[in-house]
Amino acid sequence: MIFFWAFVVGGLISAVGQLMMDVGRLTPGHTTVTLVVAGAVLGGLGWYEPLIRFAGAGASVPITSFGYALTTGALEELKRHGWIGVITGMFEITSAGISAAIIFSFLAALVFRPKG
Amino acid sequence: MARLPEAKAYQALARSKETTRPVAANVARAFLVGGLISVVGQAFMWLYETVFGFTEQTASNPTVATLVFLSVLLTGLGVYDKIGEWAGAGSIVPVTGFANTMASSALDARSEGLVYGVGANMFKVAGPVIVFGTVAAFVVALVRAVVEALV
Repeated sequence: MIFFWAFVVGGLISAVGQLMMDVGRLTPGHTTVTLVVAGAVLGGLGWYEPLIRFAGAGASVPITSFGYALTTGALEELKRHGWIGVITGMFEITSAGISAAIIFSFLAALVFRPKG
Repeated sequence: MARLPEAKAYQALARSKETTRPVAANVARAFLVGGLISVVGQAFMWLYETVFGFTEQTASNPTVATLVFLSVLLTGLGVYDKIGEWAGAGSIVPVTGFANTMASSALDARSEGLVYGVGANMFKVAGPVIVFGTVAAFVVALVRAVVEALV
């Protein structure tokens, strides 16, 4: 069942992104930035976590979860270490995605040649 | 900056000459591909939880890393951009789209060298997401902390 809801929710968030581009006439950059900010706000309100529990990867794969994870990392570390945690905890959860993207992209630039 | 009347007229003209976008079809394709990428992510979550002993919370780290790896690989092979032409936001909104912008920026800048090319350009397209995500998360976390302290 989680696979079904992952498909539906992941699809819906992408469909919202497409509407922002086609109807709202936003560039892809403005669309992803808006979704990230929306994820951060929803995370702060405590609404994104139930969505992840409900839809699994359907909520954690779209870029909205990046904003959610930044907020959550900051808030968790704030609880543990006080105000400095907002800064030290910010990238705690998103580290995997950012580090992997930097490392693999660098290696790809060494191996592949641009296509088209 | 105030817009000149000619500029407004030009924009109206340009808009009328624009090919109308097949919004319904675009949204359907974005839904399909965005949903499928999420299902692939869910499959890796399942794999890391059942086979490699990760918990529901910790499984998303290796899952994201795997999706990022696959996205960079497909970008290098020129496949991801082909998918993107068809899928629109379906390939942009998932975390694989984020990785795709970094890998293709890095690849395109290779000829300018490793430092000022690859190093400097990798975040050219992906940077705004990190900047706005971080600033938004900072503000949201502060507001939340203040509200919690007061209530």
